[in-house]
Amino acid sequence: MEASISTAVAAGHSGAAAPPPPGKHGAAVEGSATWRLGDRIGLAICWGLGLLFCAIAVAVALYLFVQGITYLKPAMLTTPAASGFSQSESGGFSDALIGTLMVATLGIVLALPVGIAIAVWLVEYGRPAALARVAESTIEAIAGIPSIVLALFGTVIFSSSALAFLSRSNEGVVFGKSFFAAGAMLSLVALPLIVASVREGLNSIPRHVREASYAVGKTKAATTRRILLPACRPQVATGAVLGLGRIIGDTAIIVVLLGATQNFGPVEGAPFPLDYLRGVGTTLTNFVYEASPTGNLNQPQKAYAAAFVLLIMILILNAIVDLIHRRSRKVGTWSS
Amino acid sequence: MELLRTPPPIRRLPLPDPEPATEVMAPAGAGFSAARRSIGAPQFSIRRMEVDGVSISYGGKRAVRDVSLPIRQGEVLALIGPSGCGKTTLLRSLNRLTELTATARLEGSIRLDDVDVTLIEPTLLRRRVTMVFQQPNPFPMSVFDNVAYVLREQGSRRARRRTLEPAVHSALQRAGLFDEVKDNLRHPALKLSGGQQQRLCIARALAAEPEVLLLDEPCSALDPQSTQVIEDLIVKLRDDVAVVIVTHNLQQAYRIADHVAFMYLGDLVEYGGATALFGSPREQRTREYVSGAFG
Ligand SMILES: Nc1ncnc2c1ncn2[C@@H]1O[C@H](COP(=O)(O)OP(=O)(O)OP(=O)(O)O)[C@@H](O)[C@H]1O
Ligand SMILES: [Mg+2]
Repeated sequence: MEASISTAVAAGHSGAAAPPPPGKHGAAVEGSATWRLGDRIGLAICWGLGLLFCAIAVAVALYLFVQGITYLKPAMLTTPAASGFSQSESGGFSDALIGTLMVATLGIVLALPVGIAIAVWLVEYGRPAALARVAESTIEAIAGIPSIVLALFGTVIFSSSALAFLSRSNEGVVFGKSFFAAGAMLSLVALPLIVASVREGLNSIPRHVREASYAVGKTKAATTRRILLPACRPQVATGAVLGLGRIIGDTAIIVVLLGATQNFGPVEGAPFPLDYLRGVGTTLTNFVYEASPTGNLNQPQKAYAAAFVLLIMILILNAIVDLIHRRSRKVGTWSS
Repeated sequence: MELLRTPPPIRRLPLPDPEPATEVMAPAGAGFSAARRSIGAPQFSIRRMEVDGVSISYGGKRAVRDVSLPIRQGEVLALIGPSGCGKTTLLRSLNRLTELTATARLEGSIRLDDVDVTLIEPTLLRRRVTMVFQQPNPFPMSVFDNVAYVLREQGSRRARRRTLEPAVHSALQRAGLFDEVKDNLRHPALKLSGGQQQRLCIARALAAEPEVLLLDEPCSALDPQSTQVIEDLIVKLRDDVAVVIVTHNLQQAYRIADHVAFMYLGDLVEYGGATALFGSPREQRTREYVSGAFG
């Protein structure tokens, strides 16, 4: 389990760490020949570290690409995992792929409206002030909590008999593991990113734009709905995509709250989508872990193939963020 | 008294008590480089708003002190004065935008057609008294939708384009923008030039069919040519709406205003006809301030 914990911790921190502000020498790099020796060594170290990180990123991506293209067979995307002794007998990872899409959809469908609502409330209303401050620090706290801790918390919640309809129950004992449970907890993982991004978007709208709407007799609600939220559509999308990335990449919650079975385990007797949503399953991250040499399946070629698919998904998400931002520049923004 | 939720039946008053047209005499002093645009235009002016003993403070700090003045349809009122003297604060109090600042307190009374503005539901008041800001601030949507937004019900998108078209076009026409944008009504408004954006903001403010139009330094972010277009526009508008404009440009105040109010540190120092106030100011402080512009 160490692997999943450490990925969760790493994931928890990568979002909080903002890119450092440009140094005061940033604008005058061309004059670095006149700098003191210490500054020049510092600059060299910065350059070196920057290049090192680029090299690591490129190496990881390249390695995964090569391995992925070598081992990924189209059939893997359409065949579910099967028990077998050799890699050729054990099927593909279609259940994991669909599971990833399912938790991503569930998580974002829950997190997006809630995140937008919280951001609007914090920026546009902020009342009662004390409650707003509490909400603010709660969200910061959630952003810092490793997802394995959220997962443990989730087991308590979703095993309660009041929430039996969200998972499987047997003779009054609620199982508490399901797509619903995992999706709900994963939405918490995405929430802080969405709130932060939407808040940033709302804050970047000048005050006089709101007032221009009030000054033609519009209410605050109408202004938010028709002016402010459309204006920060790029930030909403960015938050959603960042959140999706985090959800797709999470392992801890999947292991604890989704059951991490290698195949879907729908609940018998429930109507169609509900039987799967209340049942257990797995995702690509969990499949990679299980298929890796440390996992139970130990079929590293499929681990690489699945990791490659994950990487592609993340790259597509990044491209979408890029596209949205380029689009938004076409609409223009206010001066000053 | 009950809050007024619907507009009073007659919004445009007939001319019951014509007040004398503003002075149109040539300025007494020499050195006025600016030509009065408004000379001869309004024949009558009707008192629409009344500012009566208004003081406004922000958390105990006075920004406006005991100001009284009339606002008339058929004329342009210019508020002038050094930075921080309370012009914007006074202007924003006319449509109760000051209430959005939590610390702001207002004493005295402001009346619109003899009804205290605090008795008028704010969203209704702000459709009767609309405002244009210093920074052009079109909404991030198409030119058409900017104006249509004002015409639609709160938060609704229900009214179809077709039904709104005449009203949108007429607002754009009144703002003198229609000919420039008629082929690009679906283009994003934020891609217009600064002057076009500001005229779009005026069109937006006119689309609500206001009775009073407030302009807070509408030309300060614009080039001279756009400024001139907007000045012509303001002079044309004053027959239908009472216009109040805040400006730092004394030449501009002289060019377009019929009455001028000079404020200093929150006090209304002098109020009078534009030619009188610029030509022969009564107060020493007015004279000092005005002489800077007309040397
Ligand atoms: N939101 C606010 N909170 C606290 N004080 C304010 C606020 N707005 C304005 N003030 C204060 O009220 C006074 C008048 O400000 P106001 O903006 O009305 O001046 P102004 O005449 O419009 O100045 P300018 O010509 O620079 O626009 C100033 O001293 C200002 O500091
Ligand atoms: Mg001002």
